[in-house]
Amino acid sequence: MKGSQISATLILIAVFSFLYVPIAVLVLLSFNEAGLPTVWSGFSTRWYASLVHHAEILGAAWNTLVVAVAATAISTVLGTLLALGLETRARRSRGLEALVMAPMIIPDIVLAVSLLSFFSWADVTMGLHTIIASHVVFDLAFVSAVVRAQLKSFDFSIVEASRDLGAGAFTTFRRVVLPVILPGIVAGALLAFTLSVDEFIIAFFTAGAGRDSITLPMQIYSMIRFGVTPEINALATLVMAVSATALLISQRLNRGAIAP
Amino acid sequence: MLPALLWLAIFMIVPVGLVLAYSVFTRGVYGGIDYIFTWDNFVRAADPLYARIFLTSARVAGLATIFALLIGYPAAYAIGLAPKRHQATLLFFAVLPFWSNYLIRTYAWIVLLNREGLINAGLKALGYQGEPLSILYTEGAVIAGLVYNYLPFVILAIYASLSRLDPQLREASRDLGGGAATTFWRVTLPLTVPGVAAGAVFVFVLSIGNFVTPALLGGGRFQMVGNLVYDQFLTANDWPFGAALGLALITVMLVLLIVQAALTGRAAGEARRPA
Repeated sequence: MKGSQISATLILIAVFSFLYVPIAVLVLLSFNEAGLPTVWSGFSTRWYASLVHHAEILGAAWNTLVVAVAATAISTVLGTLLALGLETRARRSRGLEALVMAPMIIPDIVLAVSLLSFFSWADVTMGLHTIIASHVVFDLAFVSAVVRAQLKSFDFSIVEASRDLGAGAFTTFRRVVLPVILPGIVAGALLAFTLSVDEFIIAFFTAGAGRDSITLPMQIYSMIRFGVTPEINALATLVMAVSATALLISQRLNRGAIAP
Repeated sequence: MLPALLWLAIFMIVPVGLVLAYSVFTRGVYGGIDYIFTWDNFVRAADPLYARIFLTSARVAGLATIFALLIGYPAAYAIGLAPKRHQATLLFFAVLPFWSNYLIRTYAWIVLLNREGLINAGLKALGYQGEPLSILYTEGAVIAGLVYNYLPFVILAIYASLSRLDPQLREASRDLGGGAATTFWRVTLPLTVPGVAAGAVFVFVLSIGNFVTPALLGGGRFQMVGNLVYDQFLTANDWPFGAALGLALITVMLVLLIVQAALTGRAAGEARRPA
């Protein structure tokens, strides 16, 4: 091996340790009988078992699922239409592109307080529905980006061929366009789902005051702030496992969805 | 396309516009908004008490950006040197943590840094006798958390920029007698400015408005602009002042995006310039 390759390998080992050791420690601790960060007292799955009896966590998990599924469904449909619209427009408008990508760049806290102000100004009672509407805003940006990436390699002349052969617009979409871009749509949907499951700040501001619209990240936040219980390691491990699985599938479906 | 744009208009443009408008109104006696025009919120934001929080935020975000670049650049460069067939996998695993829960990644640092945490336990195991180090609830802990959370994106942005670089340019530099260091400083680095700028803007913007990391790793007393916005909206009930602070954050973001676009444009110009 050349010197440069040896140093490159060392750098990668160091950086990947930095990225993964903190996560590995959490996973390891979630199986620690004692539930203490430093004392290892034997392997145990008791913290996972106690999650099942934790009514607040179960409720929050259910809310998270409802929000993520609804926000994913809406943003996948709207985001796909948006991507098709943007890719088939003859003239690109930079303003429109910036508008669609804006939710990725605007600081979360600004979007969060804006939505809170908006819902209270419009006199909308806040709850899961307002979290869903808000999550769609940033999910849209990601779904449309992934679907657009897929459309870049799409040969639009087959659409013309389909129309020439007498297929209507809807049939052409369903039988010609959709099968080709479906992997991109599913990849985008999985990404939206992951982002929605993990999103905290916007949900926190748009959930309203009631306890019944608390999502998992909100539950995790309050567990961290007010007395850490050992269950949090188990909960964190489960949440990370779900996110990582969704992302691995998303990556397989659409190479370049997460990292080009 | 229209339904999506309508959604963005209702749930993004109108809300952000509303908050921007709130910043020039007066706070009502019992909270809420009195629609009386005033510049007071901006005057108040410039008060030394709050200006100091802005400076702290800028310092913390700036340091986090510098460290993220110092770690991220070599990491991206090393991935670029790996065999082609492994690069996509390495990149995927470098970015994977970025897509997992932000709170959990921050919590992992509490586990590492607290007085009974892994770092102190490690020191003790190595024979350290003194008091456990108080690393958690410091500015350093906040910076470490921010670097950790945003590093994957920096690696991605710089790698994207490196992979667009024409390898012939580096060969040409070597052929013309440029050593490894000269080639890096005079060819590679200037041409990857767009990636560095994109990564830097991203880390800085997300760090300066962050309230979760300062709240969890900085302890309750460590305040940044994000925490101030949070307090004005959820505790003090002074929405116009919170809105003015939010406007300040958006301004910082826009200025940085313009700088980034300028840097990207210049780098593109240099690449096209005939030798």
